[in-house]
Amino acid sequence: MSTPARIEPGPNASLDSVVIRFAGDSGDGMQLIGNQFTRTTALAGNDLATFPDFPAEIRAPAGTRAGVSGFQLQFANHDIFTPGDIADVLVAMNPAALVANLNRLKDGGLIIVNTDSFGKRDLKLANLEVSPLDDGTLDEYRVVQVGITKLTKETVEPLGLTTKEADRCKNFFALGMTYWLYSRNMEPTKQWVTGKFKGKFAEANIAALQAGWSFADTVEIFGGQPYMVPRADDFKEGEYRNIMGNAAMAVGLAAAANKADRLLFYGTYPITPASDILHALAPFKNYGVVTYQAEDEIAAVCASIGASWGGSIGVTGTSGPGVSLKAEAMGLANIIEVPLIVVNVQRGGPSTGLPTKTEQSDLMQALYGRNGDSPMPVLAPQTPADCFDVAVEAVRIAIKYMTPVMILSDGYIANGAEPWLLPDLDALPEMKPNFAKAEEGVEFQPYSRDEETLARPWAIPGTPGLEHRIGGLEKQHLTGHVSYDPANHQFMQELRQEKVRRIQADIPETEVFGDEGGVCVLGWGSTYGAIRTAVVGAREAGVKVGHVHLRWINPLPKDLGEVLKRFDKVLIPELNLGQLIKLIRAEYLIDAVPLAKVQGQPFQTNEIRDRIIEFSKEA
Amino acid sequence: MTAAPTYKKKDFMSDQVVRWCPGCGDYSILSQVQTTFAGLGVLRENFAVISGIGCSSRFPYYMETYGFHTIHGRAPTFASGLKATRPDLSVWVISGDGDMLSIGGNHIIHALRRNFDINVLLFNNQIYGLTKGQYSPTSEVGKKTKSTPYGSIDEPFNPITLALGAGGTFIARSLDVHAKHLQSMLVASHDHKGTGLVEIYQNCNIFNDGAFDTFRGKAEREENALFLENGQPMIFGKTTKMGLVLDHTTMKVVEIGDEYGEEDCVVHDEGNFIQAQLLAQLKAPDFPVPLGIIYRCERPTYEQSFQDQVSEARAKLGNGVLAELVKGGDTWRVEG
Repeated sequence: MSTPARIEPGPNASLDSVVIRFAGDSGDGMQLIGNQFTRTTALAGNDLATFPDFPAEIRAPAGTRAGVSGFQLQFANHDIFTPGDIADVLVAMNPAALVANLNRLKDGGLIIVNTDSFGKRDLKLANLEVSPLDDGTLDEYRVVQVGITKLTKETVEPLGLTTKEADRCKNFFALGMTYWLYSRNMEPTKQWVTGKFKGKFAEANIAALQAGWSFADTVEIFGGQPYMVPRADDFKEGEYRNIMGNAAMAVGLAAAANKADRLLFYGTYPITPASDILHALAPFKNYGVVTYQAEDEIAAVCASIGASWGGSIGVTGTSGPGVSLKAEAMGLANIIEVPLIVVNVQRGGPSTGLPTKTEQSDLMQALYGRNGDSPMPVLAPQTPADCFDVAVEAVRIAIKYMTPVMILSDGYIANGAEPWLLPDLDALPEMKPNFAKAEEGVEFQPYSRDEETLARPWAIPGTPGLEHRIGGLEKQHLTGHVSYDPANHQFMQELRQEKVRRIQADIPETEVFGDEGGVCVLGWGSTYGAIRTAVVGAREAGVKVGHVHLRWINPLPKDLGEVLKRFDKVLIPELNLGQLIKLIRAEYLIDAVPLAKVQGQPFQTNEIRDRIIEFSKEA
Repeated sequence: MTAAPTYKKKDFMSDQVVRWCPGCGDYSILSQVQTTFAGLGVLRENFAVISGIGCSSRFPYYMETYGFHTIHGRAPTFASGLKATRPDLSVWVISGDGDMLSIGGNHIIHALRRNFDINVLLFNNQIYGLTKGQYSPTSEVGKKTKSTPYGSIDEPFNPITLALGAGGTFIARSLDVHAKHLQSMLVASHDHKGTGLVEIYQNCNIFNDGAFDTFRGKAEREENALFLENGQPMIFGKTTKMGLVLDHTTMKVVEIGDEYGEEDCVVHDEGNFIQAQLLAQLKAPDFPVPLGIIYRCERPTYEQSFQDQVSEARAKLGNGVLAELVKGGDTWRVEG
């Protein structure tokens, strides 16, 4: 645990960074106010990172610990990489939310608690005998007790809402208090409410927001003056928006298809935590985006392959269980060699596992989870906004090398958000497909090869003179006819493998952050922020340590082995029981050491930092 | 649109050696499809023939068109993705009873309800051929096969009833060896705007020989098959003229003569869903086997409805500009 940092009130005290956690019942609208706080804070120019943490049940029994929904946000006046290990402030709407989140609050942290939900029944639902407000549990914290429910009801009373409607406004009251506490501008939220809700209910929510703000201002519950978190000035010049990982993925896919001048076909079946990609793409009908909600995961990937065969950019999005179902079709995409993107927004496994929780445990599945040797390029985004770049990169490689590509996102970055510097669209890589055309007097060979990339031609139906047949049976080199010839099979297997290896020529060399000796912390995907923060911390503590983060896992960057060998030892933190590490050991014969976490939660930076410090001292 | 040149059957024959068992019903079906394609007025490069896995699914290799031999049971899904993005193509799905009704059962029902303008040819031989003779989801109860030595205990699917229940808009049945009839069904399916399902009774002379013998040969079908014609009374039989009349809510076979005349027989109405359900129930030997278009109705195709939404979006919002897409809603500027 990190050092307790007591927030002391002071006149317009300026803070460098704050971690705030909203927690309540699933039905209390915590994700909603979390997102509003995020949006307002993004507009205020702070750097930020968010972590929504909610149960798989839409409405678990109200008031129980199982039903607690949380939203954590770190915002700062400087560059940050994670939503923070533990919170400075906890907003708790009921006893279950309070006790379930205390271990995520700093010693001496601030608790804003809704005392109206601490009746006998509420306590019982939270499995509590005595109210934690009374039994000394909160002695180590600064507690602000507010009857949020009653105050909200009184506020909206003149509007004549039903009791249920009035009750639903209480999250905005809580939001109003936090807006006051951190000197946030209420206007963006007011405008959002007006656009989102209608009539009296919109008015009521705005009134509750305003009332929460005024209450905090008047009653001086926080000691008089609000805090400031000045805007971050290390942002690069340009236009920004706040973006979640799944949204960035959707925009990236659409942008890439647009750049390639092809339709984007997104075939999918709803699955947590990937569905938001579908929701984000579905309205883009005027951008050449076709979304297709198929009857199942298999149909989703197969329809996408069908679309790719026809010359579109076929993409299928899912999570681990869905990838299991798509395995056979991915093998088909491998042997017929058409572009296909498979987005796996990973969650806790195996089986149904932990649908709303994050994990990186589908790496082996991505690399090897198909029958036969079936090499598939695999890459992983590092932050929510990075999903955009990864999507563009995946489409570029899929077209250029005529191959299926797997993107390994996960629940943590899919639902997390950060400010995003809008990309220079002209600077996006060229990716116009070069469709095959018939040549007079030349017999078309659907399995001929580009000398450099080994890609076969993309010959789409409707092209005169190129009629040919493809399929899942082994292909004869060049002609593409069905072939059972043993030597041809070996040749084709090696060729498909070599084609994926050649992508190495197209991807950046390994970058090292920090020291080029001592300990190397090697990661991939969404652990980027936690590892980077930990490495910074460990270097401050005097450890010689560098950070290497992989975007491409298949193929690995061609200089990776050589880079890793510059270090004395290698630590590989992963949110699985040790998957990348097996690959690294096998590829480079390096005796790397794992740091495995599979709790459905992202790494906390201190977990990694402490392990780095300890590891650096081991013989 | 470029006018299609005058094709001959051989223009649709690929250079690959056809490798079905000698005597297989698939040969005739292949021949009828090649003949039909030549006359549809569609450019050869605009045909896409998509199959699953099984004997029948080798079909695309023998067609000189764009062809895709996919994976088991999933052919309709590839066809759906293709048609959604390439409505200009003439898409044909080739599948068997195991491929389409067992492993691919989920996909055919959804293809039918979505009503893509595609054609689905169901080669029904009531047996698994390529895996060497296990019972299929259309095999009759009691069927003895390698996997059912004591006889099958599964109730078979009735593909026509299934298709009706799934919201199919064109449901027809034909015979592998009845060249003229099969060709006419293929043409009608092609002309239909929506998913055309043609169930083709196909004899597997190795593992299920004679399954359709009572109505397959020329003489037998003249006696025991009911050739449906829209608007015409349901009459069959050569030696004795027979007809179908309505008896309350079921069909009844009657002899045309003193008691019943042709005018008493049910008149085929392709658009009558209830009547189609009754026809689907008719089985040998108590009833004649209905062949022809059992049901046909008009409903918007998936790709048309989708295109309508795109047009509406473009009319309302204009053609999407990439810069706007990337911006989303709120943005802010950081000055240098």
